Amino acid sequence: MASSTLFFTHLSIFFSPEVGHFALALACALALLQALLPSLGLWLCRTDPAHGPSSQSPLLQFAKPLTYSHALALLLAWSCLITAALGDDFSLRLIAETSATSKPWPYKIAGLWGNHEGSLLLWVTLLSLWSSLLATVPHQSLHRPTNIPARLQTRLIALLGYISAGFLLFCLTTSNPFLRLWPVPLEGMGMNPLLQDPGLALHPPLLYSGYVGFAVPLAFAISALLEGRADALWAHFMRPWVISAWSLLTLGIALGSWWSYAVLGWGGYWFWDPVENAALIPWLTGTALLHSVIVTEKRSTLLLWCILLAIATFSLSLSGTFLVRSGILNSVHAFANDPARGVFILTLLALFTGGSLLLFAARSHKITSPSFGAFHLFSREGTILVNNMLLCTLCAVILTGTMYPPFMQLLFGRTLSVGKPFFDATTIPLALPLLAIIGIGITLPWRYAPPARTWRRLTPALLITLGNAVPAFWLFPSPLAGLSALFALWVITSSVIDLARRLHALPSGLRSYLRLPRSLYAACCAHIGVGITILGICGMATTQERIIEATAGTHISLAGQDWCLDRLTPQHGPNFEAIEARITVRSAPRSANIITILHPQIRIFPAQNQRTLHVAITHRLFGDLYAVLGSVKNDHNQYSAILRLHYNPLASWIWLGGIIMACGGAISLRPRIPFRIRRKQPV
Amino acid sequence: MTLNRRHLLTLLPLIGATGLGLGFARMLQGLTTGRFDPHAINNPLTHYAVPHFAPLSGLTSSSTPQDLSIPGFSYEELTTANQPILLNIWASWCLPCVEELPFLTNLAHRHTLPGAPPLTLWGMAYKDTPANAERILQRYGQPFQRLGIDDDGTTAIEWGVTGVPESFLILPGGRIVWHTSSSLTEDLYQTELLPLLHSAS
Repeated sequence: MASSTLFFTHLSIFFSPEVGHFALALACALALLQALLPSLGLWLCRTDPAHGPSSQSPLLQFAKPLTYSHALALLLAWSCLITAALGDDFSLRLIAETSATSKPWPYKIAGLWGNHEGSLLLWVTLLSLWSSLLATVPHQSLHRPTNIPARLQTRLIALLGYISAGFLLFCLTTSNPFLRLWPVPLEGMGMNPLLQDPGLALHPPLLYSGYVGFAVPLAFAISALLEGRADALWAHFMRPWVISAWSLLTLGIALGSWWSYAVLGWGGYWFWDPVENAALIPWLTGTALLHSVIVTEKRSTLLLWCILLAIATFSLSLSGTFLVRSGILNSVHAFANDPARGVFILTLLALFTGGSLLLFAARSHKITSPSFGAFHLFSREGTILVNNMLLCTLCAVILTGTMYPPFMQLLFGRTLSVGKPFFDATTIPLALPLLAIIGIGITLPWRYAPPARTWRRLTPALLITLGNAVPAFWLFPSPLAGLSALFALWVITSSVIDLARRLHALPSGLRSYLRLPRSLYAACCAHIGVGITILGICGMATTQERIIEATAGTHISLAGQDWCLDRLTPQHGPNFEAIEARITVRSAPRSANIITILHPQIRIFPAQNQRTLHVAITHRLFGDLYAVLGSVKNDHNQYSAILRLHYNPLASWIWLGGIIMACGGAISLRPRIPFRIRRKQPV
Repeated sequence: MTLNRRHLLTLLPLIGATGLGLGFARMLQGLTTGRFDPHAINNPLTHYAVPHFAPLSGLTSSSTPQDLSIPGFSYEELTTANQPILLNIWASWCLPCVEELPFLTNLAHRHTLPGAPPLTLWGMAYKDTPANAERILQRYGQPFQRLGIDDDGTTAIEWGVTGVPESFLILPGGRIVWHTSSSLTEDLYQTELLPLLHSAS
C-alpha cells in the first residue's frame, strides 16, 4: 500500500464516512433552519406594524451564521468523502463502484462527482457556497447606502435555504453517498476510462455552478413576487448573480462540448443528445434573462420578463437534473436509472417550479413598470425584447425536440428519435435573425434611435460584412454555412466598430478609455465570443473526413495535405496497453515541411475490459488536424490500420468563443475599475 | 379578484408546467410498471409477414454428444404451421435469455393443458454453437419444439433483432402480430400476449 494511501487511511479516523454522513444530516438540519428561522423572523416583522418598518426580529440574525455553518458542514462531508476516495476505502459503495487503486489520484477525486450520489452532493454543496457568497455581501448600512437591503438579503438566504433543504433531504433519503458495502471488495470496479480526462473532471463543477447559480435569480424573482414590488434597484442587485451563473454555465457547456470532441472521437462537438439539450435550454433562457435584467436596471421595464425568465431558467436547470437522473430519456449521458429518485426530484420540481409559477400567476399583477416614456422598437431595449422572444422560441423548439420522443411514446406508444436534421432545420432559421439583431441592437442607444442615424452607424459594419460575402461563400462550400458565417462576421464587426466609435468620442489615452463603463467592454467581448463560436460551428460544418484502411507507409491526401502512416507500435500506459499509430502530416508528399505528427492510440484497459480510442488532435488556428485509429488488422504478418482522419476548419473557435463569452461576463462583474494606472515617478 | 385576460395569461406558464409535470409523473409510473421504456425500439416487422430466411439446422445427435434432439426449421415450416408460434430469439451466452428459460418452459407446459389457447414455442439461438445451446437447455429447461441455430447471426439480421432476448408472435399464415425486445415476463404475457392468443383462437 502506498504511503499516501496509508496516510489517508489513518486520516479516516477523523474523517470517516460516518462523520460525513452525520455532516450531511447536520447540513440538512441547518439548511432547514436557514430557511425557517429567517422566514419566521420576516413574517413576524411584517405582522408587527407597531415597531415600524425598520424593526428587526432577532431571528433574522441567524440567517448568515446558519448559511455559513450549513456550507461548512457540507465541506466537512466532502473532506470525508475525499479522504475515503484517496484512501481507497472500498467499503464505501460509491468508491467501490467508481474507483480502483490503480486510478491516478486526481481522478479519484474527480470520479466522486462522476456518478449520481456524488454529483448530487456537489450540487447541494455548490448551492450552499452560492448562499454563503450571497451572505458575505455586506448589506445596506449608513456607510454603504448603495448595497443590497438587509431584508432582501435575508429573504434570499431563506429562499435558498428551502431549495438546499429539499435537495439535502433527497440526498439523504434516496442517494446517500456514504452508504457502506458488505462484504468489502478488495478492489474497486474502476471508472470508465473515457471519463478520466481533465476536461471532464472540471465539467460537472462548472456546469453545476451555473445550474445552481440560477437559484439566486430565482430567489430574487420569488422575493419580488412576495413583496409585490420590483424595480430597477432590484434588477441592479440581481444582475451580477445572473451574469456569474451564466458565465459558469457557458464555460461548463463549452468544456463538455470540447470533451465530446476531443475524447469521444466521433469527430463532432454537439450531438443534440437530450442531456446536452438539457444544458443548452437553461443557457438560452439564462441569456434572455441576462439581457432583460440589464433592461430592467436601465429602463425599469421588462420586469415580468425578468421574473418569468428567472423562474424558467432555474426550473429548466432542475428539469435537466430530473431528466438525467430519472431514466426517462434515452441518452448516452444518463446516470443509473432509478424511478424512486425520479419521483423525489419530480416532487421537488413540482414544489419549487409549481410554487413559483403559482405565485407568479397570483401576484404578478401587482408588479407594474413605471412608464418613462414610450417603449420604442427602435431602441436597445426594443431589440433586446425581440431577441428575448427569439431566444425563448429557440428554447421552446429545442425543448419540443427533446421532449417529443418520450411524450410520443407515452401518448401514442410510438418510439422515434429526434436528431440533428430536426434541430438544424428549426434552430438555424431562428439563430440567423437573432445574430442579425445582435449586430443592430448593440449599436442602438436606450429609449429611441432615429432610423437615419442607426443606418449611418451601421453602414461601415454592413459594408465590411457584404465585402466578405464573396470570400465567405467561396471558403465555405455549403451556402448555409457561408451565410451563417456572414451573420457571425456581422456581429463581430458591428460590436467592434461600435466600441471603436465610443472610444473615438473620448479623449485618447488608456485612462479615459478605462473610464468607459465596463459593461460596454463586456458586451462587446461577449458578442465577439458569440460570433467566434458561430464561425467555428460554420467551419465545422465544412469538415473533411476520410476513413481509410492503410498499411505503414501509405500516403493519404486530405484537405490539401499529405497524411502519411509511418508505423504502428505497441505502447504501455500506467493502467492500459496501447497500439499507437504515427501519422506525419506534410504540406505535400516528401516535402520537408512537416506540419505536425499525430499519435492516435487504441487503448485497452484490462481492469474494465474496455477498449477506448485515444484521439490525436493538433489544434491550429484555422483548422484542427484530427486522427482516430479505429482498429488494427493482422493479415499474414502485414499490419493494417483503419484510420479516420478529419480536417476540422475553425474547430477550436467554438470553445474559444465560449471562453470569450464567459470573459465578457467576468469583465462586467465589476462595474467600476478599482485600480489606477500609475505614471512612472521621475527619479 | 376578478379574472381578466392578464390573469389568464400569467396562468399559462403554470398550466404548461403542470402538463409537463403530469407527463413526467406518468412516465415514471410507467418506468416502474414496465409500460414505459425509453430504450424500447419498435420492430419494423410487426404487422408484416415473416421475412425470408435460409433453413436453420437444429440440435441433432450428429452435432452434439448428448441425446437432446430438436429439429431445426425453415421459412416454409414457419409460415405453414397451423398454430400460433412464439419465436424466442436467445443465446446461451446471454444471461437474461437463460433467466427467461424456466418461465418459457412453464409457458410451453401451460399451453399443452386443455382449455388453454394453442401456442407452440420455437427458439432461435443467436450466434451460438449447438453444444452450448444444448448444455444450457438441459440445465435450465427446454421449452422449444423447434430450435434453429443461427450460428453467424445472419437470420437475426433478417428479423431486425437488435439484442437478445427478443420474442415474436407469429399467427398461422406467417404474420407477425406482436414483438418484444425485452425478457418475457408473466406480466407481459398476461397483459399483451394472452389477449392476442384468445382473439386469434
